Amino acid sequence: MSDTKNDTLTQDSSDPTPQTAPPALDPRLLVREAGFKGYVSEFQRKVRGGELGSLPVIGGLIIIWIVFGLQNSKFIQPANIGEISFFLAATGMAALGLIFVLILGEIDLSVLSVSGLSAAVFGWLAVIHGINAWLAVLLSIGSGIAIGALQGFFFAKVGVPAFVVTLAGNLGWFGVMLWLLGSGSVGGSITLNDAGFMHDLGQNSYFMGGDIAGGYILAGLAVAAMLVSSLLDQKRRRAAGVPFRPTVEIGLRTGVLAVVAFAAAYELNQASGVPTALVLFLAALVICDFVLRRTSYGRKIFAVGGSIEAARRAGISVPAIRISVFAISGGFGALSGLFYAGWSFSAQESAGQGAWLMLAIAAAVIGGTSLFGGRGKAWSALLGMLVIQSITTGLQLLGLQSDVEYMITAVVLLAAVVIDSLSRRTQKASGRG
Amino acid sequence: MTSAPVLALRGVSKRFGAVQALTDVDLEVNSGEVVALVGDNGAGKSTLVKTIAGVHPIDEGAIEWEGKQVSINRPQDAQHLGVATVYQDLALCDNLDVVGNLYLGRELRRFGTLDEVTMEQKARELLSTLSIRIPSVRIPIAGLSGGQRQVVAIARALIGEPKVVILDEPTAALGVEQTAQVLDLVERLRERGLGVILISHNMADVKAVADTVAVLRLGRNNGVFPARETTHEDIIAAITGATDNAVTRREARTAEAAK
Repeated sequence: MSDTKNDTLTQDSSDPTPQTAPPALDPRLLVREAGFKGYVSEFQRKVRGGELGSLPVIGGLIIIWIVFGLQNSKFIQPANIGEISFFLAATGMAALGLIFVLILGEIDLSVLSVSGLSAAVFGWLAVIHGINAWLAVLLSIGSGIAIGALQGFFFAKVGVPAFVVTLAGNLGWFGVMLWLLGSGSVGGSITLNDAGFMHDLGQNSYFMGGDIAGGYILAGLAVAAMLVSSLLDQKRRRAAGVPFRPTVEIGLRTGVLAVVAFAAAYELNQASGVPTALVLFLAALVICDFVLRRTSYGRKIFAVGGSIEAARRAGISVPAIRISVFAISGGFGALSGLFYAGWSFSAQESAGQGAWLMLAIAAAVIGGTSLFGGRGKAWSALLGMLVIQSITTGLQLLGLQSDVEYMITAVVLLAAVVIDSLSRRTQKASGRG
Repeated sequence: MTSAPVLALRGVSKRFGAVQALTDVDLEVNSGEVVALVGDNGAGKSTLVKTIAGVHPIDEGAIEWEGKQVSINRPQDAQHLGVATVYQDLALCDNLDVVGNLYLGRELRRFGTLDEVTMEQKARELLSTLSIRIPSVRIPIAGLSGGQRQVVAIARALIGEPKVVILDEPTAALGVEQTAQVLDLVERLRERGLGVILISHNMADVKAVADTVAVLRLGRNNGVFPARETTHEDIIAAITGATDNAVTRREARTAEAAK
């Protein structure tokens, strides 16, 4: 969202100092003046320059829905949409944490084991040792944060490449999880009670108890928040004499959001309501987006991802940023583990295995976060997970076995990375990378 | 302008192990003055600049700031005094926009969040008072030319309102037009009453904007010249340490060939 804003707010309204040389005309300056045509040419320029933004994802998503919808009419029915929106939350949480790491230009391969371990820690504390469930939730998220910080320490202070540290972590924490689940009478898995936070994360929990109003209230809140904040921003910018978004554009953007939000709310209400897990995921998404775009901490993460030397010279403590970002990734990994435990009501050995680490990374990259660092946004977790979960659910509806699923997932991941690399190359070629 | 120079080095020496990098060097910078620091490779220009910027603390001698003796041991000390340094490699973040780079590490905040509007407003003001022309303050640095990046880096040094600006070879990698833009900017810094230390290998640039030329040779002072009244050859002679050297021999040869 911020990207488009930054790129289109480019008219230079006034330049008080007279210059003898005529001002260099930059096509970017004329976006607004040229009206609709200006937006079209700006769009063409961006595509040529490799700034594809969210376009490939949205295009891909539409194609996926059309293909699966034609194959099996169940795919676009509310029940299936509800399922997609529930199951994307768990992996989406992990993707959200990974986005922070990817913006640094690093990678965290330990997320899978950390999430399995956090579910095991929760079960071990809450079920076997009878500790208060909320305290156990906090402790298991805390364990993820501590693990992330430890890995971040080895990377930032000792100087071990991040992928080796986290790969070692992936093995090590998986071992710890097996040890926790294999100890004593547990025998490989712990069954969790369908109560409290675990119930909220489960498949039977909906926002406001599945009330029809719940979805519309959420959609209305989102639209109102966007409208009010855009108008306030416009007012401040106008008062300060810097370029601002015209009211028509604000109206259009809010309109698009309103259509999408209310359509989603309507569809989900046709099923059982908005899953609580999805609401929690969206809340985390909004918070992360805010942190990345609106706080100086977020700015520092982008700075370190862009140029370590520049960040250091600007007085940013690079090791502190790196350690904290890995801690964030660990924390979200742990949260995603709790989401998984919530949907299966158990902590089990298989939680630390499987392909979904790759899915989380793929989601971030598909959504538009670069593997090369310095570029990314929190929303890519949602967009990317929509694509991936649609494919997964669609394949299951078609009754395809996991062999096909693995192969298709691999192709999607590869395609996302290829698009990322190509768009980076195009940006370099047009002097913008 | 006060009578005492804003920055003065008195008898500064610096050793790295067995290497005597600087010996008894003096340097004075006044407000509104451009001092060009010239010398051959290894003459100690960079070391001298780094002692002022706080990267290398001095071994002997004194640094005076507005007439008072100060000690500069860390880069932060220099920043607090009001010394801003623009290094040759610029150190800008390609992925951040111009405003983000100008305010990196000292973002303005409002209710704890980034105050983008005020930052953008002030960035535009600063850039327009310096007559810096860039397409927009909201495009990423990656979209700017080399000269535009250089002026953004210099403008960035001015955000902290320094009194002395050190420019390390600002025109080294630039074309003719861009060099002229940077030199214009150096003159505007002088008009704002800043002391400027300009490191350059390019004598044309030095003659164009400097008021004073301080020559270093083998870690020692080798003369301070008023730029207007000194010829190119005199400066070269001071840099190389003799009138008989590769440069003069070559000039003599070409002069002969011209006849």
